[in-house]
Parts: sequence; structure tokens; C-alpha cells
Amino acid sequence: MLKLSNLILIMTFLSCAFIAKAQDKLQLEVNIPRLQVAEYHKPYVAIWLEDSQRKVTQVAVWYDVEMENKKGEEWLADLRQWWRKGGRKLALPVDGVTGATKGPGSHVVTLDLSKLLTKQAPGQYKLRVEAAREVGGRELIEIPVELPLNPSNLPLTASGKSELGKVQLTKN
Amino acid sequence: MLSNKILKAAIVAATALAISTSANAHRVWIKPSKTVLSGDSNYVTFDAAVSNTIFVPEHFPYRTDGLVATGPDGNTIDLQNVSTGKYRSTFDIELTKDGTYRIGAASAGIRAFWRDEQGKRQMWPPRSGAAEGETFENAVPKNAKELRVTYGSRRVETFVTLGAPSNKSLAPTNKGLELVTVTHPNDLFATETATFKFIIDGEPAKGVEIEVVKGSMRYRNSSETITLTTNAKGEFSVTWPQAGMYFLEASYKDDKAKAPATERSGNYAAVFEVLPL
Repeated sequence: MLKLSNLILIMTFLSCAFIAKAQDKLQLEVNIPRLQVAEYHKPYVAIWLEDSQRKVTQVAVWYDVEMENKKGEEWLADLRQWWRKGGRKLALPVDGVTGATKGPGSHVVTLDLSKLLTKQAPGQYKLRVEAAREVGGRELIEIPVELPLNPSNLPLTASGKSELGKVQLTKN
Repeated sequence: MLSNKILKAAIVAATALAISTSANAHRVWIKPSKTVLSGDSNYVTFDAAVSNTIFVPEHFPYRTDGLVATGPDGNTIDLQNVSTGKYRSTFDIELTKDGTYRIGAASAGIRAFWRDEQGKRQMWPPRSGAAEGETFENAVPKNAKELRVTYGSRRVETFVTLGAPSNKSLAPTNKGLELVTVTHPNDLFATETATFKFIIDGEPAKGVEIEVVKGSMRYRNSSETITLTTNAKGEFSVTWPQAGMYFLEASYKDDKAKAPATERSGNYAAVFEVLPL
């Protein structure tokens, strides 16, 4: 029979192990602000990692994936930096990268950033987030990231002024 | 008697006017609604006009008869919904293939100027074009006085891209004055520098005089024209001060024409879209 104290010990151990593993997990959270406008459309959002040679790794693209005949792709070029930085060369949709548009609030990027970042060569990078909204504006913000990532530097944050709220790279 | 004199004076005045207008050539432009497009397929609509205030159609519509739209694969595609109004022509093209489309018109040929027995100015071919079967040899008198023969080329164009930019439709024909796009014409951004090259009959064109003007001229006091000249390799660079639609015009002249022409000239005009960073 297992003693209660032992059980607690085992449970503590298990949860610690869980935390230790989860600590390696990175999370990118993107806030989309609620806007007081007469006509609101959810923004198109693109997120990518760029090295100092401007080589791009795609992280996420949220656009109107549901429209018939790929009609939603017609406004992807409005994410004009992303479009230039490889968006225009993608065959859409891309598994794990493309997703539906998201409304105001906090959204967590689904792609495993820990895995993505550890795959990169050491150096200076920029995590860039661009948003473009129909009948609205467009904004591009970036988080400078040095790889390999020093966990004590986390969280890394940047904030938009119009189309984007706080963007935060944290340990989960 | 008097009326005859007035008539003669009027003819002289009209001739002078015709000569002066041909010396101050008007700007010809084909302006796309946008140049960088996404989607499975998409449309671009164009305004085409002859007018000096960029891009206000206020003089003549540009006649679309000679316009050709070339797709990314090099094949021509149809202009749709073509309409010519008082001051501008409009048309659409449907982009169904990824890549860069070129929309424009080009022409080249010789023109002879001389004085006839009565001392009157003559020109061939006339503005209405040469008659059937007419050639330089049979239309221009052998002993024409003050004969001047020029070989001139004209090109007016613009570019639009669906998806990733491509280069096939941009290939030069090696006839007349042409722009070689070192920087892709649909990858232009404010504050960045684009490099292009001019060639004349396939050879680098040195000393091409270029003017670059941003649209919305009507809403500022200075034209803010950027004046440039090509180097020995025919190259020039332009740093786009701001985002917007730009008109580029270039002219070139030398004496390396093929006989019977003694003077070679080229005129070029294009519209480029520059996006904000």
C-alpha cells in the first residue's frame, strides 16, 4: 500500500518532470486589439522568422481560408512585406502554417516554435508580425531574437500601435 | 482677296502649331489599378491616356489598337472590356497564371523629311501612315532637297504580377529603345534603389535622358521630377522617395542608324508602382 506521503512525492516528481519538459516549450502569443469601427473585418496576419540575410522561415498566416474558389487569397498581397518575403512563392494552404482569421483577443501560434528555433543556425533573427485589415490599416512589428535562445531573456515582447496588440514570446 | 490672305495666314499658323506640338510630345501612359496581386486568379484594370499631368486624363485617350498584353508564358492574352472615352481608354486583363505580365505597345520605323520643288516641307510616311505598296525608295524623291531620314522607335508599357515575379515576358526584342529590368519592375519599394538598363537595338544605350515623376502631380506645386542619365553600360538607378505610382519617360538619339536613315532615336515610357515598406 502506498503511503500518502509517497504518493505526494510521486505526484510532485511527476508534475516537476512535466514542468521541466514544458519549460523547453516556447509560446508565441499575438494579441489582436478590439477596435471601435463602423465596419470591422478580422485582420489578415502573417508571422515569420527572418535571419540577418533576410532568409525567411514561415511561422503562421491567418487569412480567409473558408471562401469559395480560394477567393480569400486575393488579399494576401496586402500583407505586403510578408508577400515579398516569400508569401508570394508559397503554394497555399501550408500545413501547420496557414489558418483561419482570428478576431480580437489573445491567440497562441500553433506551430512548435521551440522546434523551429532550435533548428536555426546561431545568429541574430527577427520575428516579424504583419497585420492588414480590410477597410482598415496595416502594421508590421518585429521582435529581435538571438539564437540560440537564452531562456533568461524571455519573455521577448513587442507591441503594435494600431492593428496589433502585444506580441510575446514566452516559456510555456 | 482678303479672305484668301486670312486663309493663308491661318494655314501658316496651323502648320506652325502642328510642328510645335510634335516637338513637345505629350506623355503617354498606361496605368494599372495595382501591380502586385495574389490569389488563384485576379483582375487588373487599366487607364490609358495621353496627358502631361500625371495621372490625370485631360488631353486625349490612348488608342488601344496597338496594345498587346503578354502573359508569364510569353503568350498574348486578350484585353477585356475595352472602352475609349473622351480623355482615356480603359480595359481589364484577367491574370490566370502566376508570374509577370507585360502590357504595352511598340513601334519602329523610318521617317523622311525634305523640301519639295516649291520649298514646302514634306514628310514620309505621313501621320496617317504609308499608303499600300509605298516604300522609302518609291515615295521619297531621289534628289530630295534638305533630306533628313530618321529611324525612330517608340515603346509604352507597364507590368503587373500575380504571385511570384517572373522574367519571361520581360525579355527584350532587341528592337528600338527598351528597358532591361535588372530590378524586377513589380518589386519596387519606397526608399529602396532600383537598377534598370536601357538598350537600343539590343546594345547598351549610353546617355539616355530619363525623367521620373510621381503621380498626383495636380496636388503639389513642384513636379518633383527626378532627372537621370544612363552610364556607358546603359544603366541607371532610381531611389524611390515615396510609395506611389510613377511615370518614367526616356529618350535617346545617336547617328548610328542603318541606311537610308542617318539619325536613330528612341522614346520610352512606363508606369511603375512603388509600395511602402
